[in-house]
Amino acid sequence: MKASPCLLLALLLTVCFTLATSLASRPLAGNDRARAHNLFSVLFGDGRRMFASQFFTMADVYFHSGYYPSIFDLREEGTKAIVSASHGEAETEEDEKHEDFLGKPKDWIDRFGRHFRITEHTHLEHSQEREILPWLRLAADTDPQMIQTYTVGAYFLCQHLNRPQDAEAFLREGLRNNPGSYEILFGLGRIYFQNYHDVNRARNVWQLALNNWFKQSPQDQKENKRNLDEIAANLANLEREAGNYADAIRWFQLAQKVSPAPDALQLQIDELKAKMVSTTNAPAAPPR
Amino acid sequence: MNTIWALTGVVIKELYRRKDFYVLFVLTALITVATGMVNFFHDPKIVRYVKDVCLLLIWISALLIAIVTAARQIPAERESRTIFPLLAKPVTRWQVILGKFFGCWLATGIALIVFYLFFAVVSGSREQHWPWLACLQALWLQWAMLAIVIALSLLGSIVSAAPSSTTTICFIVVAGILMLGGHLNTVAIHEAQPLQTILYTIYFLIPHLEWFDIRDRVIYDWGLVSGVDCVLATLYAAAYTALLLLLTWLGFRRQSLNT
Repeated sequence: MKASPCLLLALLLTVCFTLATSLASRPLAGNDRARAHNLFSVLFGDGRRMFASQFFTMADVYFHSGYYPSIFDLREEGTKAIVSASHGEAETEEDEKHEDFLGKPKDWIDRFGRHFRITEHTHLEHSQEREILPWLRLAADTDPQMIQTYTVGAYFLCQHLNRPQDAEAFLREGLRNNPGSYEILFGLGRIYFQNYHDVNRARNVWQLALNNWFKQSPQDQKENKRNLDEIAANLANLEREAGNYADAIRWFQLAQKVSPAPDALQLQIDELKAKMVSTTNAPAAPPR
Repeated sequence: MNTIWALTGVVIKELYRRKDFYVLFVLTALITVATGMVNFFHDPKIVRYVKDVCLLLIWISALLIAIVTAARQIPAERESRTIFPLLAKPVTRWQVILGKFFGCWLATGIALIVFYLFFAVVSGSREQHWPWLACLQALWLQWAMLAIVIALSLLGSIVSAAPSSTTTICFIVVAGILMLGGHLNTVAIHEAQPLQTILYTIYFLIPHLEWFDIRDRVIYDWGLVSGVDCVLATLYAAAYTALLLLLTWLGFRRQSLNT
C-alpha cells in the first residue's frame, strides 16, 4: 500500500496536535477550567489553551511592533512587557527596551538579512496600544480562565485608551469566568478608585481581594506576594486620601511584610504618624 | 526570444483558465473581510490584525499558485505527449525551460498585483492612508522570492515525475527555509561536530527566502527598505534562480522523454 505524502503530513500534524493537547492539559488537571463552554471549548477542548497562550504572546509581539525573539534566539523566558506594564513596572519596561536579543550579526547573511527585519525595540504608545486588543479578546475567548488576559486588557483599556467602562466590562466578564479572583478584583478596585473616584466601592472590592488572597494555600501565597503588596499598598493610599491615617498605616505595615522596598513604605508610615500627631496636637478652632 | 514569449503566453493563459487563482483570491477576500468585520471592544480603528491575516493569506496563496503551476508544467506536457510536437518546432529544451519559467513567474506576478491591490484597498480604507509604496516594495520582493520558488519547482518536476510529490516536497522545503533558514546559524553554534558543520553548510547553501518577507514592516508601519538593499536582494534572487534553472536544464537535457 502506498501512502500519499499529503496524507502522511496530515497524519503527523494530527499526532503532533493530539500529543501537545495531552501534554498541555496535565499540569492543570483538577481545577475548574471545565466551566467555560464557548465555541472554542467545543471545537478544541483543552487544546484551546495552547492557542490562548499563543494569542497572549501575539499581543506582546504587537506591543513590540514585531521586534520579538523567536524560540531560536534562546532568550530566557521572562515576564512579558504587557504584563510588566500592567503592574506599573516602568523600570522593568525601560530595562527591557535596552535588551538586544539579536546581538551582533553572526555572518554576512545575518547582517544583510537585518536590513529587512525589525531591529528596533519599541513599545506601542499614543493610543496605538489598541492594536493588542484583538489578541487579548481571542485569548480570553479561547481560555476564559487565563486571568492575566483580563487584567492586562483592562489595564490598557483604562490607562492607555481612557475607556474605563470597557475595562470594567472586560474585568466583570473575567470575574464571571473566575469567581473570586483577587487579581481581577484588584483591577476592578483600581478603576473604581482612579477613574470613578468611588472610594467606598474601591475599598470594598480591594478588601474582598485581600480576603481572597489569604484564602490561597501557603505555597500560592508565597508565590503571589507581589499581589498582596499591590492590594495592601493601594488600600493604604486610598485610606490616606480618605483621611483615615490609622487604617492607612495598618495597610502599609501589611504591605511592608512582602514588599521588596520596605524602607520606602516605612518612610510613608512615619510621615502618616507625624501627620496624626500634628492633627491631635493642633489647637481647636475658637468658638464663634 | 519569440519562442520563449510564445511559451510564456501559453502558461499565462493556462493560469486564467484554471480555477486555482480565482478560488484562492475569493477565499483570501472572504476571510479578510470576515476578519475585518469582527468588532473588538467597539474600536473601529484597530487594523493591524486585519493586515496581518490578509498578508499571511496572500503569501500562502502566492506560494500555492507558484508551486502548483510550476510543478505541473513539464510533467503535464510529457503526460499528454505535447512535448514531442513542441520540441519538433524546433524549440530547444533550454527555451522550453525558460518559457515555462517566465510563464509561471509572470502569471504569479499578475496574481500578486490583484492580491496586493485588494490588500491596499482593505488597509487604506481602514487606516485612511494608502500604503502604495510599501505595497509595491512588498510585492516586488515577494515576486523576486517566487522566482526562486518557481525555479526550484521546475527543477523538482524534472527530478520527480509526479507533480503531487514535487508540490509537497517544494512546500516543505520552502516553508522550512522561511521558518528555519535564518536561524540555522544560531542553532549550529550550540551543536557539536559534525552536526555544526552540516548545519552551517546548509545555512550558507540555501537561498535565504526569509529576507524577502517584509510583512512585519508593512503591518507595523516601519517604513521602506532602502533601495540599495532591494536591488541587492533582487540580484541575489536572480543568481539563485539562474543557478536552479541551469540545473533544471542540465537535468532536462539528458532526460529521455519516453515514459
